[in-house]
Amino acid sequence: MRSPVFFVVALAVGVLVFTACRLVHNDYVFVAGYTVVQYVVLATAWNILGGYCGYVNFGTAAFFALGAYSTVAIHKLVPLPLPLLLLVGGTVSGVVGLGTGYQTLRLRGAFFSIATLALAVVVQTLVTNWDFVGGSRGAYVLRPQTIAPLGNYVQYLFLTMLVLAVVAVTAARMIERSRLGNGFSAIRDDELAAEASGVPTLRLKLVATTLSGAFMGMAGAPFPYSVGYVDPASSFNLAYAVNSIAMPLIGGTTSWIGPLTGAILLGTIQQVATVTISSAVNLLIVGLLLVAFVIVAPNGIVGLVTAVLRRGSKP
Amino acid sequence: MDFPFELLMNAVIAGLLLGGFYAAVTAGVSISFGILDIVNIAHPAFIILGSYIAYIVNRTFGLDPILTSVVVLPAFYLLGALVYQVYHVSFEKRGDEALRGLAFFFGLLFITEVGLVLVFGVDYRYVEASYIGPSLHIGIVDLPMRMLVPCLVSLLLITVLQFFLTRTFVGRAIMAVAQDQLALRLMAADPIRIKRIAFAISIATAAVAGAFLIVIQPVEPSVGREYIGRVFAICVLGGMGSLPGTVIAAMLLGVVESITSTFYGPSWAPAVAFGVLLLTLAFRPAGLLGR
Repeated sequence: MRSPVFFVVALAVGVLVFTACRLVHNDYVFVAGYTVVQYVVLATAWNILGGYCGYVNFGTAAFFALGAYSTVAIHKLVPLPLPLLLLVGGTVSGVVGLGTGYQTLRLRGAFFSIATLALAVVVQTLVTNWDFVGGSRGAYVLRPQTIAPLGNYVQYLFLTMLVLAVVAVTAARMIERSRLGNGFSAIRDDELAAEASGVPTLRLKLVATTLSGAFMGMAGAPFPYSVGYVDPASSFNLAYAVNSIAMPLIGGTTSWIGPLTGAILLGTIQQVATVTISSAVNLLIVGLLLVAFVIVAPNGIVGLVTAVLRRGSKP
Repeated sequence: MDFPFELLMNAVIAGLLLGGFYAAVTAGVSISFGILDIVNIAHPAFIILGSYIAYIVNRTFGLDPILTSVVVLPAFYLLGALVYQVYHVSFEKRGDEALRGLAFFFGLLFITEVGLVLVFGVDYRYVEASYIGPSLHIGIVDLPMRMLVPCLVSLLLITVLQFFLTRTFVGRAIMAVAQDQLALRLMAADPIRIKRIAFAISIATAAVAGAFLIVIQPVEPSVGREYIGRVFAICVLGGMGSLPGTVIAAMLLGVVESITSTFYGPSWAPAVAFGVLLLTLAFRPAGLLGR
């Protein structure tokens, strides 16, 4: 399927999901759906660097929070429409991604991962000390109650996130099938050999970190509007880092279907578990699933399914 | 105007004591990450586990936390050997350390933290020991005993480790295993066994570091996360796998952090480690005493 066609199909699926949710007549569906779709974006973004290039980013929370806090800062200065806020948040996180990558990607792979871990702590320290965006007290962000054609703002947020998810998944699929994607997998499989064969490894890795960071920032930008109150503890929550790693690894890292499957599956389980059991237990489930999958099924659900299909076709 | 000088002196001394403690926290990572190339980001989680064991034993039997940690060393050693075995079979053999191996340790970190939250809650826990309250006063300098004792025991621990690594057959084999596994095999040593021993030792140090941590400050399950950045910054700054380098780097970071929190406020201290890490990676990736 060509990419424009795929985009239209994905968009149609998005519209279908949205219409189905409107038929339920319960706003909670939009709140829960928003969280799940937000994880689709985060998981897909993480996978562009982690799955395609093989570089592990532990700092999803930092990139997410940068997007969220860009919105808080702008909200205090000039009220901009949501799509513009997404662009700003994406730009900020993309630039930070580029900077971190430039500092650490020239060294061995592990340094990048460690730097992203530390980045989360540092960005949190900066935000905690920045009084303009509320510091450690946090900041209240009042969103408009209604929006022109849809009426309900919660639905508008959900729709925005859905469109972003469609864009992110389409972008990931395009990368996968392009020269860029081939370069990425060459880096993942054998960086030295790739470099020796003339693949511009550093430049490709920087493209991946920037893209990945930008999508994470965009996923974070609407966050203040969706919850109404932002503080460092909630926006730098470790759950973002864990989920964005666990979802692609559980789904499967080699194609766009993996993070999508993982995010929808885990995201939904968590929404149900948070309501029925407790939020600490659902994080424990994610951690256990992550460890179990990386040990037992390294290629995730997608890997398991393809293995079953292959066995079925060869009697 | 001797006030700022006095303040500065105290900040430096406090930093050195803090650095002694950081050295114990980092020693394990210097072995696992520095020597074995195993990026064990779950190390701080094992340290917190050590803190909680010290806490439980201290509360139920009134035993000294640091003494407790020495008693549970073998248990942590076995735990480390087990973790390495799983890591080796699942990731090292498949050549999949970079992506899934890292995710595995991240998962361990997370499971330990959430598990502790579920069992103990998020309240701060502390221990009782005779040296936690008082301080020594030498001239204008204050030496709080709860910092001094961990610092001294930590230096002792690292000296023993360094002696073990440089003077014994197994220790030298550990130093060699990262460089040339084949050569080690020709010396009639099994590289996997050597790595298992080394990794087990690195986890065993976490038991002691955990006891230090809960002596120095009250502990709750997520405290460990603050140490990830510090530990790796120290490890890289000291020069991968060099224990003397680790001590020097730990003291340096301790002093810089202590001065930062004295003069700019404690909320800035966590950012110092990241700055140090970035500067090291930019200017001297081999670290201070790197090979």
